[in-house]
Amino acid sequence: MIKKKVVAMLLAGGQGSRLSVLTNRMAKPAVPFGGRYRIIDFPLSNCVNSDIDTVGVLTQYEPMELNAYIGTGQAWDLDRNSGGVFVLPPYVSGSHGEWYSGTANAIYQNIAFIDRYDPEYVLILSGDHIYKMDYSKMLHEHEVNHADATIAVRSVPMEEAHRFGIMNTDAEGNIIEFEEKPQHPKSNKASMGIYIFTWPVLRQYLMADASDAASENDFGKNIIPKMLKAGCRMHAYEFNDYWKDVGTVQSLWEANMDLLSDPPLLDLSSEVDHNKEWRIYSKSPIMPPHYVGKNASITNALVTEGCEVLGTVCHSILFAGCTIEEGAMVTDCVLMPGAHVKKDAVIHKSIIGENCVIGEGAVVGDDRQEVDGEYDTHLTGDITLIASGTEIADHCRVPVGMIVNTGIYSRNKEA
Amino acid sequence: MHGKVFGLIYTGESSMQLRDLTYSRSVAAVPFAGRYRCIDFVLSSLVNTGIYNVGIIAQKNYHSLMDHLGSGKEWELHRKKDGLFILPPFVTRENTGIYKGTLDALRSVLGYIRRSSQRYVIMTGSHTVFNTTFHAMIEQHIETCADITIMYNDVPVGHNDDQFDELRMDLREDGRVQDLQLNPYRPTSCHSSCDVFMMEKNLLEYLVEEGVSHGYTDFIRDVLLRKVNTLKLYGWRYDGYIGCLSSIDSYFTHNMNCLKQEVRRDLFNTEHPIYTKVKDEVPARYLPGAKVTNSLVADGCVIEGEVDSCILFRGVRIAKGTRVSNCLVLQGCDIQENCELDHVIFDKGCTVHSGRRLAGYDSFPVIIRKGSSI
Repeated sequence: MIKKKVVAMLLAGGQGSRLSVLTNRMAKPAVPFGGRYRIIDFPLSNCVNSDIDTVGVLTQYEPMELNAYIGTGQAWDLDRNSGGVFVLPPYVSGSHGEWYSGTANAIYQNIAFIDRYDPEYVLILSGDHIYKMDYSKMLHEHEVNHADATIAVRSVPMEEAHRFGIMNTDAEGNIIEFEEKPQHPKSNKASMGIYIFTWPVLRQYLMADASDAASENDFGKNIIPKMLKAGCRMHAYEFNDYWKDVGTVQSLWEANMDLLSDPPLLDLSSEVDHNKEWRIYSKSPIMPPHYVGKNASITNALVTEGCEVLGTVCHSILFAGCTIEEGAMVTDCVLMPGAHVKKDAVIHKSIIGENCVIGEGAVVGDDRQEVDGEYDTHLTGDITLIASGTEIADHCRVPVGMIVNTGIYSRNKEA
Repeated sequence: MHGKVFGLIYTGESSMQLRDLTYSRSVAAVPFAGRYRCIDFVLSSLVNTGIYNVGIIAQKNYHSLMDHLGSGKEWELHRKKDGLFILPPFVTRENTGIYKGTLDALRSVLGYIRRSSQRYVIMTGSHTVFNTTFHAMIEQHIETCADITIMYNDVPVGHNDDQFDELRMDLREDGRVQDLQLNPYRPTSCHSSCDVFMMEKNLLEYLVEEGVSHGYTDFIRDVLLRKVNTLKLYGWRYDGYIGCLSSIDSYFTHNMNCLKQEVRRDLFNTEHPIYTKVKDEVPARYLPGAKVTNSLVADGCVIEGEVDSCILFRGVRIAKGTRVSNCLVLQGCDIQENCELDHVIFDKGCTVHSGRRLAGYDSFPVIIRKGSSI
């Protein structure tokens, strides 16, 4: 096996329960984003663009969609003779086998995979962030500092700092203290969940952690505090370009809308970032260019292949193969692949799952008071969420913030 | 069944009529319908039939074609067994490198034909766009015990779509060809060949060898026309949409026809999709103020102005205050502010500076050569 300088390990096992019905049948990293991508395209493309060609993707929850999507890795040029992308589910060895019990445990169970490449460094990534980042710069800093671990951090507003893992650093950027969701944060440098470890050092700590029955086998809770305590050289790498955790319905919707601001907060077409082309790769839907009808109106939107837009689309993102019939009105929405909005339907501030059908004259995201519904909006706020494959019957109304699960929805039918 | 067939695509058609569009590329590589090249259609039709051994006879200006096809991975033709074979011309004692006709080209690729292990060959040109699978054609060919089966479509009898080398065929009721006419002055038949021929590989080898030994150079003119009565030729009718890109006029018309839903349904049938080189462009971006109607828009476009009845290929920019109607704007064109453009074909990478006005007419679209700056 050819030796690799760095191997990336992408933690993609999260259930993503805060994404509600969007993760019914797929792991969070497989959730569609930005018109033609899935969340995992961002870390994978960042790896390729940073010249990292060996990536292990650790899956455990609903891995089918993710496995099928990654395939041979051809979409990211990760179909390599040596290295490439590997999906690594938990497995049974001898009579013993177990699920990944934590982030560190997932890496621990795959020590053999990493050892195959005998790397100097291991890059740990998570599959629920949207950002463009050159990992090779971070790696360079890690090497220059002779660090045992380098953790990417970003400045967050002080009043929000209590929601993050906060790194307190000295003047040189060395981490002196780590606090997980502190009540009274001393700094606003939040961990982004991106770590580079010197492999022999991490390997030792993983072995020790595995034999510690009290440990939760988590990087943030166990490995990093233990390394700090033992006096390892740990460095903070500051990254202040666009970065968004899309772990909630609200933040997923916001991150999509960030692509539409003028200028966009995250410019996917930008080729000047990092002074080199930084394309985000994805699997092509293999569809023709989209058609815009004679009476259509599209403003402030992203539209991709295979769509047919005959109605009105404003401030929205349409994924591949969506159909918007005449008279339909779509505003502030994210329509995932294959969604079909029939004549005169109105959709406002909603996330519509794959292959949903919104019936004729139906209203989704209806904010009128009289519309009934006992439902829980703590996950969605004022965003209406329709699960993949749902059919909203003609002339039915779905109130603001409701989550509609797969099936046929026929409540609140208007005469 | 499909494992018994290999494909052979000839891309050396005369392209004079396409003027500046074929200045630097063969007809096969001419861009079509926003994100495709002409050859994608016949190549995808072969692949969707399950034919995974395809030879492409290149003739001139084939750099652009090779760049487009690459290893053939988009068509799943990067294979261990068989796959995509690009067959460029080469100079030997008996070859000059420039083919005098299709028969001459076939002779030079006899090596590939002999090596192919399949029993049948489907031989096509590269300047027609259609989307089908050849299962029914193969079935008919075997059932009728035909020597050669020719795919055709029905056109108005008198109609001549200014095609070069148009082959009309008179058919008996059972589909057998009675007569063939090449470029008839006054056509009497409505059956027009689609330039797709199926036969046994052995027959092709024989016809090529025999034709060459008689000093013939063109497969249709010199071989088929002479053998109408000695060979069992059958027609196989294709009823779907077909576009023959043989002139600027037909290029413009067939592109614009993609704005019709029924044409799109046919050409982009989701049951057998058309594959093409993937560029990983971002979704098209409509800025506030954009006004787009009756148009086909590819990924990577950024639109701020007005667009009506146009096809925008990948990565086109239409700036504020500009009005573009009835235009084909090929990949990567940059149309700046306050322009007024009507009935223009912009080849790849053109720049139109602010305030320019250009207009053609529907029977005579203006064509702007690749990379021009106006």
